[in-house]
Amino acid sequence: MQVTVKLYATLGDYLPPGSRNNRVDLDIRPGTCVQAVVQQFSLPPKLTHLVLVNGVFIPPEARATSVLQEGDVLAVWPPIAGG
Amino acid sequence: MGWNRKVLRVNLTAGTCNPEPLNMAWANDYLGSRGLASKYLVEEIDPKVDPLSPDNKMIMATGPLTGTMASTGGRYTVVTKGALTNAIACSNSGGYFGAEMKFAGWDMIIFEGRSPKPVYLYLENDKAELRDAGHLWGKTCWETEETIKASHQDPLIRVSSIGAAGENAVLFACIVNDLHRAAGRSGVGAVMGSKNLKAVAIRGTQGVSGIKDFPAFLAATNAAKKVLADNAVTGQGLPKYGTQVLMNVINEMGALPTRNHRDVQFEDAGKISAEAMHEKRPTDGKPHLVTNAACFGCTIACGRISKIDETHFSVKNSPKYWGANGGLEYEAAWALGAANGVGDLEALQYANLLCNEHGMDPISFGATVGAAMELYDLGIISREQIGVDARFGSAEALCKLVEMTAHGEGFGKELGMGSARLCARYGRPELSMSVKSQEFPAYDSRGIQGMGLTYATSNRGACHLRSYTVASEVLGIPVKTDPLVTEGKAELVKAFQDATGVFDAAGICVFTSFAWTLADVQPQIQAACEGDWSMEKLNEVGERIWNMERQFNLAAGFTAADDDLPPRLKTEPAKTGPAKGLVNGIDKMKPEYYKVRGWNADGVPEKATLERLGL
Repeated sequence: MQVTVKLYATLGDYLPPGSRNNRVDLDIRPGTCVQAVVQQFSLPPKLTHLVLVNGVFIPPEARATSVLQEGDVLAVWPPIAGG
Repeated sequence: MGWNRKVLRVNLTAGTCNPEPLNMAWANDYLGSRGLASKYLVEEIDPKVDPLSPDNKMIMATGPLTGTMASTGGRYTVVTKGALTNAIACSNSGGYFGAEMKFAGWDMIIFEGRSPKPVYLYLENDKAELRDAGHLWGKTCWETEETIKASHQDPLIRVSSIGAAGENAVLFACIVNDLHRAAGRSGVGAVMGSKNLKAVAIRGTQGVSGIKDFPAFLAATNAAKKVLADNAVTGQGLPKYGTQVLMNVINEMGALPTRNHRDVQFEDAGKISAEAMHEKRPTDGKPHLVTNAACFGCTIACGRISKIDETHFSVKNSPKYWGANGGLEYEAAWALGAANGVGDLEALQYANLLCNEHGMDPISFGATVGAAMELYDLGIISREQIGVDARFGSAEALCKLVEMTAHGEGFGKELGMGSARLCARYGRPELSMSVKSQEFPAYDSRGIQGMGLTYATSNRGACHLRSYTVASEVLGIPVKTDPLVTEGKAELVKAFQDATGVFDAAGICVFTSFAWTLADVQPQIQAACEGDWSMEKLNEVGERIWNMERQFNLAAGFTAADDDLPPRLKTEPAKTGPAKGLVNGIDKMKPEYYKVRGWNADGVPEKATLERLGL
């Protein structure tokens, strides 16, 4: 099944070459959790700060058990802020 | 002592400049800057005064840490009764102007009356003179700064000035210093213009002396700087990407107000984001962003310096805009972009430049354009009335309207009233996305519930800088809370409001609070200032400032009914994203908030609350 992964700010460097608009579509096996996808992109744990699935925050302790569904959008940011 | 203990009182009617001692009893209760200047204002003006009358006063103020080696200690505030809001106003700016005021030996400048002709104040340490500004009237903020520096033959003078917007009483006119920084909100520039005060130019060479315990201050400021440097947000995220990195975050969360809050997600958010600022343009192969920049004493350096695309339609015949310039920051990019459905980054930068050049708040301007575009979309105002095809998403309309508003031409005069008056004029007041006539910033309160309470209860009208619960609800600073629920938000908003008051009063940037808590600020104040500045006292100072501002607004005629959100946010659910189906729960949060504040059901502070705070 397919999900979309979006990596923003400095994490954009971890997307495959040629990726556009900070996103890539990804085929995963059913049952794949958020943490597995994060590891697939070799994102440094310290920079894997803000993790959203379909815009909803996934706390660190839930990432290993939060299973992605078909069409989900996983978005990840390093520590950032604004105002 | 962090204070110079000296106030300059400028009577513009009489043309006099007189020094007077700072009221140290008040300094002990209100610390400085926003707190202390508001105390002076509250004591000196009738809350019901017309903001644009000579009886209103305008105070430029520093805090005890302004001009010191405390990180971000370059802030100053402009305190007055706001032209846009009719409420107490405090607009805060960075850059270098605030520190220069301190170096010249002053804590604050109180302007009263109205000059019979345009003037500017020139301060050179103890020397204070009102000078003719007839040759400056009509000039932009940028030209004014350049002209003053040239005429005094001193490039190190720091200048705060108004542009055409302030001169022409655009109600969201701001006061611009150091070209790209501004006391931006609530129409403080219109108040300055009403006084025929074009600019304040300062040269200070005395530094800041009299720090109470200098070794302790050195240790405290160094320790606090290390906290900023070691923190991933203030040490890496903000310098690299600036505030605009929030664009994609808030959009993903379904809380990016789009097309006058009709939608909560913008399909072109990526095109106007921080990431887009880093991408190379197809036209010239260069990224929009040139570098980051810092205000005085700042070790974060979140500011953006950019170069616009010289081939863009807005500037292709205007080389004066081709150089490196300030922006875009998140709030301006949102207000000029998503709020109007405009996804053209270069057009946003052009509009932002004109806001800086002519002295307009880009948040209120952009949001007012959004309201006008909705009126146009509904057929309530015509193309002939506006003078341009003002469809949502039109970069051409945005660029045309910013020029018209800056110069007070045609429909631009109506835009200059702000969205509340504009929408009321056309019989649709509910289409103004504002509180107390001040437009919302860049967070939709259906997707970030606490921000609804923040906006509704902000003493200066809708504002994110009075309690930035986004830090907690989105970013997890200091702790993560659920943005979609109302539970606990009354306490959260109060805590943010009170703490922010202390940061503002100290003279430091509220962005430090992404890494610092009050516990990091307290040792710096304690070492700089006479007296006992315990955590308990600082918390009380923050609460006292908030309640004093509230009392002023109540006396000005505001009631609990004004602590409310536009109907759209209470009755039209978010269409997409995590908040789909949700409205803001302000009616649930507000009574809880009043209770937490120690106010009665009408939003009036209880006697016990006032007595506890010495009000």
